[in-house]
Amino acid sequence: MEKLTVKMSTKATDEQLLYATILEKGMLVGLVLMFITFALYVFRIMPAAVPLAEISGYWSQPVHDYLVAINTNFLHWDHLPTGWAWIKLIGKGDFLNFIPIAILSGVTIMCYLAIVPGLFRRGDKAYAIMALAEAAILALAASGLLAVGH
Amino acid sequence: MTKSMLRRLGGIQASLVCALTLSPIWAFASEAGASAPVPPASTTAWWVWPVVLLVVTFIMGIVAVLGGVGGGVLYVPIISGFFPFHLDFVRGTGLLVALSGALAAGPGLLKMNMASLRLAIPVALIASTMAIVGAMVGLALPTNVVQILLGATILGIVVIMFTAKKSEIPEVKQADPLSSALRICGIYHEASSGQDINWCVHRTPMGLATFIIIGFMAGMFGLGAGWANVPVLNLMMGAPLKISVATSKFLLSITDTSAAWIYLNKGCVIPMMVVPSLIGIMLGSFVGVRILKVAKPTFIRWMVIAILGFAGIKALTKGLGIDLF
Repeated sequence: MEKLTVKMSTKATDEQLLYATILEKGMLVGLVLMFITFALYVFRIMPAAVPLAEISGYWSQPVHDYLVAINTNFLHWDHLPTGWAWIKLIGKGDFLNFIPIAILSGVTIMCYLAIVPGLFRRGDKAYAIMALAEAAILALAASGLLAVGH
Repeated sequence: MTKSMLRRLGGIQASLVCALTLSPIWAFASEAGASAPVPPASTTAWWVWPVVLLVVTFIMGIVAVLGGVGGGVLYVPIISGFFPFHLDFVRGTGLLVALSGALAAGPGLLKMNMASLRLAIPVALIASTMAIVGAMVGLALPTNVVQILLGATILGIVVIMFTAKKSEIPEVKQADPLSSALRICGIYHEASSGQDINWCVHRTPMGLATFIIIGFMAGMFGLGAGWANVPVLNLMMGAPLKISVATSKFLLSITDTSAAWIYLNKGCVIPMMVVPSLIGIMLGSFVGVRILKVAKPTFIRWMVIAILGFAGIKALTKGLGIDLF
């Protein structure tokens, strides 16, 4: 069994504080960007891929039908806009909003990667490996490789 | 023009009253035309639903804080049952609602050492992996099946809320070998008594196994999972209640992230739904914390249980195709 030196204290560990700091910054950046991008979209400062006046006609459909419909009516791509395809549409107000959503969903991966070196340095190999595994799992989920559907 | 505006405002007001009372009028939310790629023409102005969503989620945010539940567990059954949005988008948005609440609270809880990273990391590894599986299964199943299962789950949550006890500082006679090896323990300062409380956990293998189910359900229904995290961490594993609540809240930022990516990549995120919902819930939570000082939590908890029970029955009957109310 590896030797660990986990100090018992009422204060948070260095890794915990580092994780919290990155999480906080990512959350604030994501939220501020969310307000900005939504304002650009909703006040029509940037044009939307799906016109504002028509979006309410689409959201009652299952996701596959929604994607087929917006692709047929507005995007005219040879594939459905799934995975990271939204990146190609960030010039449009509605898809620009995916940037803050991706930041909010992705900040945890950064937090995990940031604490790995400290855990290895302290000889806390079990937690370092678990943190790496978690980052890999979240990255896999984020990659879009696992998308399935109806 | 004035008349038109008044009509629109009147419509919003009527909609809000319906939302608050969960009126049967909202049952028109259906999947009519779900199989047609070309949408039916909508007679409602585009901004009406986002505004209604903003106001309803604001109220939901207040109720969630006062009732001691997460936003996701209220959001998914109520919005999917009584709004015109398809369950696919509601689940995607529900996860982002729960995620944003966890992201907002997580840093502070970690810094105060109320949320324990050592407790969260092994639990999160299992829960987030299973949340991905749950999200994939949930998106592959027919909508009515997910709706029925959602209804049954919500009614199960009502039973848990109705019966589950809490233990401020559970007695853990001896930490189990796994938690000892992983050094899952800590000290926190209990402000009410002025004491430093040493804590450790037991039944870790059983607790971790339970998070297989919790993670799966969180991903499948987009519910968040605070309703299940806290009893398992507190009653099964023996973590103090404050540590359990704080770690559970932080845990959602990891579990819901993994499932949220699946929904995001699948296209189940519509910004016009997500942003008003997040703003509404966050503002509501902000107000709720202030109301909490003067509110009667017992009454509100009963109200939350009643709302969830109603929403659970609505989800169940909607999935079964029964137009009960």
